[in-house]
Amino acid sequence: MPGRIITITSGKGGVGKTTATANIGVALARRGQRVACVDADIGLRNLDVVMGLENRIVYDLVDVVEGRARLRQALIKDKRLPELQLLPAAQTREKSAVNEKQMIKLCDDLRREFDFVLIDSPAGIELGFKNSIAPADEVLIIVTPEVSSVRDADRVIGLTEASEKSSPKLIINRLRPAMVRRGEMMDTADVLEVLAIELIGIVPEDETIITSTNKGQPVALEDRSVAGAAFTHIAQRLLGEEVPFQVFDESDGLMERLARLFRRNQ
Amino acid sequence: MNFLSRIFNRPAESDSAQVAKQRLQLVLAQDRTNISTETLNVLKDEMINVISKHVEIDRANVQVSMAHTNRGEQLIANIPVVGARAPAPPAAAPRRVSTRRTRSARA
Ligand SMILES: Nc1ncnc2c1ncn2[C@@H]1O[C@H](COP(=O)(O)OP(=O)(O)OP(=O)(O)O)[C@@H](O)[C@H]1O
Ligand SMILES: [Mg+2]
Repeated sequence: MPGRIITITSGKGGVGKTTATANIGVALARRGQRVACVDADIGLRNLDVVMGLENRIVYDLVDVVEGRARLRQALIKDKRLPELQLLPAAQTREKSAVNEKQMIKLCDDLRREFDFVLIDSPAGIELGFKNSIAPADEVLIIVTPEVSSVRDADRVIGLTEASEKSSPKLIINRLRPAMVRRGEMMDTADVLEVLAIELIGIVPEDETIITSTNKGQPVALEDRSVAGAAFTHIAQRLLGEEVPFQVFDESDGLMERLARLFRRNQ
Repeated sequence: MNFLSRIFNRPAESDSAQVAKQRLQLVLAQDRTNISTETLNVLKDEMINVISKHVEIDRANVQVSMAHTNRGEQLIANIPVVGARAPAPPAAAPRRVSTRRTRSARA
């Protein structure tokens, strides 16, 4: 059976596309799936450093498209997880170095060897986004619970639906339960009501994302962190498992409420 | 712990999350339909003129806005009726005019 091509995109930049691609890739590979992570952010490649594979790049996506290297030569095997491979983006080229047709061909070649092809889309709605969406069977939209991110996501959802893809699914990232509880951040229900698409995961704000990225070790490699667990749940849902959505409990919320109460009474 | 959280878990002084959601609902309805606030104002003036020919309305309190719902975008007009001119239609306020639109993609 040919593999599934899944694109992770957002509209707004910096909301967690690369982090999500790396971690969902890791989580799927840990469950025995053969996964190719494709960095489609040509000119601003980052998936390699987030996955910790930057020192092993020889060829990149554009080399493959332009015939200088074969797929097999450009793919980098992750030594921690034999099922996981990365196709890095070119760093010194522009988005226009590839077109939609070439991306479709490339991903069709990949899906013959892998169960999942995960595409890390660049921000925006221009060429790079269109190239990333063109080969996708499924699209995951990632947002943070903020006005600008949700607005951009709506635009991307509209464009995805217009390109006759199946309805995209939503990942809410960097949710801060304490802020939600204080009424200072939209909660999952608010975002879902506004965007009206199906939810596939909620990832809380988690410092271990930053420390793990420092080391090039995606959090989903281990079972300890909350964000890692959240990405693993997304992978499980992609595999058709029913995993209940976690409601995050934020214990330091109480301390903040206490502090505010004291301030008010002064 | 439960007892404590119940005491301190009071509603936020400023519920900026709800403000965010409401602003998003308006801006997305406008993004999706390409209807600007300016267009809404023109629409409002014209509606006032048309309706005033038949019904006496409270012009100062007419509101025309957009809302985004699960079923699509809605154009919402709130038109307070003061009194009916002959022939009298049933006095009903507020009124809802609804247009179904799905998310539009303007690449
Ligand atoms: N759940 C999280 N908790 C804490 N930090 C996070 C979380 N998700 C992402 N980040 C941080 O946010 C930053 C942006 O993440 P990332 O690079 O994955 O976003 P992106 O959407 O790929 O950005 P770009 O649009 O530039 O490609 C990174 O520093 C990352 O470590
Ligand atoms: Mg990125």
